[in-house]
Amino acid sequence: MFRCFGVYWEKIDGLLFAFLLLALLEAQGSAMAQTTGSDQLAGKLVITGSSTVAPLIAEIGKRFERLYSKVRVDVQTGGSSRGVADARQGLADIGMVSRAMKDEEKDLHAFPVARDGVGFILHKENPVQSLTDEQVIAIYTGKITNWTGVGGKDAPITVVNKAEGRSTLELFLHYFQLKNTDVKSQVVIGDNEQGVKTVAGNRNAIGYVSIGTAEYDESQGVPIKLLPVGEVAASTETVRNGTFPLSRPLHIITRTPPVGLTKAFIDFAQSKAVHDIITQQYFVPLVD
Amino acid sequence: MTSLHSNTSFHWSIDELLCWLLRGLAAIAGTIVLFIVIFLIMEALPVLRHVGLPRFFSDPSWHPAEGFYNLTPMLWGTLFAMGGSVLIATPLGILSAVFCHYYAPLALARPYRRLIELLAGIPSVVYGFWGLVVLVPLIGEIHPPGPSLLAGILILTIMILPTIALMADAGLANVPQQYIRGAAALGLPRWATIRGVVFPAAKSGLFTGVILETGRAIGETMAILMVCGNVVQTPSSLFDPIRTLTANIALEMAYALGDHRAALFVSGLVLMAMIIALAIAAEWISRGRIYG
Repeated sequence: MFRCFGVYWEKIDGLLFAFLLLALLEAQGSAMAQTTGSDQLAGKLVITGSSTVAPLIAEIGKRFERLYSKVRVDVQTGGSSRGVADARQGLADIGMVSRAMKDEEKDLHAFPVARDGVGFILHKENPVQSLTDEQVIAIYTGKITNWTGVGGKDAPITVVNKAEGRSTLELFLHYFQLKNTDVKSQVVIGDNEQGVKTVAGNRNAIGYVSIGTAEYDESQGVPIKLLPVGEVAASTETVRNGTFPLSRPLHIITRTPPVGLTKAFIDFAQSKAVHDIITQQYFVPLVD
Repeated sequence: MTSLHSNTSFHWSIDELLCWLLRGLAAIAGTIVLFIVIFLIMEALPVLRHVGLPRFFSDPSWHPAEGFYNLTPMLWGTLFAMGGSVLIATPLGILSAVFCHYYAPLALARPYRRLIELLAGIPSVVYGFWGLVVLVPLIGEIHPPGPSLLAGILILTIMILPTIALMADAGLANVPQQYIRGAAALGLPRWATIRGVVFPAAKSGLFTGVILETGRAIGETMAILMVCGNVVQTPSSLFDPIRTLTANIALEMAYALGDHRAALFVSGLVLMAMIIALAIAAEWISRGRIYG
């Protein structure tokens, strides 16, 4: 028990106390990952970060576990920032980041796995079929507050924005050259699914989420529709061929050059063997 | 403690052991609370040192990524959501307990009590989900956008109702039977008995219930996060979206780094201060009269 507390004090800096127990497990797991056999891969990989990348990596991890029965892959979400922080502090073997790497993150080793697009969603019954970039900016800065302003029916617009720190928000602000202080929203959401549910439950809402999530939910009968951006239709197809402007690369990152089990997993995640998983998750495989 | 010591001498060693065991456990419970507060202060210290506490109440807005840290709108949001739900839930809960004890036939009272207990056991995320897909669109029909202070108050009311109802129920059950028989012998009607005899006698139980439900209303996070809209603003009507301090932490903690993260720990400290203020207020209102 006291040995455990020693670990706890070392690791506590980067963590919420609510995650204490998880921290203990992670610390032991990370240690195990180093004991890699030469002929047969074994150990545990801890992967944390972006909630956009996590479901994809979890599926890839399951297939990896089937290939190497002594390997366990533990995937936890918490956002790209956590992915960077955990990889840097060694709390995770691999971090997941759903955006291009920043300049101050050049010390980390980044490996692109797939691409994702961010698209605007409306309720299916909303008659508006497309919005120009200027109209989107006017709606999100509160200059247009009624759907009549963009050719819709007479109803106030419910603007759905993302919470501070989310990579989707960063991508959105960056593309439209906005600051979050300029955005006048009626609802602030956390993850993509909450955004889809909010728009599906409100005929006059507009929000932005990962195209992968929106396309999947749309195919499952959720009453939402994706809008084109810059006259390019929002779909995994346009994200794949690079024409969709509001898109981003998905990375997995490590602090040191990967070796052993970590290297094997990254090579596997970048290989053609997982392209079907990427497509299943409505992301777009990179052309190699 | 004194009664333990004054016990007969041959049980003394066991009593002593028990006494120290209890002291140890009490010390652990107290230390944990202290550790949490110290941890919060340590984590919040970096931002408190170079931003300063006043700016958390005087900045123009809450945009931690751009260096604005105003917590006041969220403080109001928390207070309004808590106040509204406690105001609705308290009379409802107490009257529910009165109905259960003095008006409902036994065949109805028992299943009714089980139902209330069930309500208390539903996880908050289920309430939140129900609120998001049923309540919020309903409010949106009446007055857009839908996610609002009103939705938060209604969800919180349903969540804390079982707390006050069950506490009041237990309080009423503890009223001595002689009181009620005495009142009946005096020929008092049922409502006069309840108002004049039962309520004063059950005051302490009812009061504890109110404190507990208020604490739960302040601390509730998940359901509030899902139905309140989470826009940082001081609400000017029931239909405005709000963000509470708890939702602020849950929404942004996973993605926060540096000063932003420390600022969220300041949210936690403010929340802690509210709970302490609540405890002090409770102590001051009762001033020994209720328990003594």
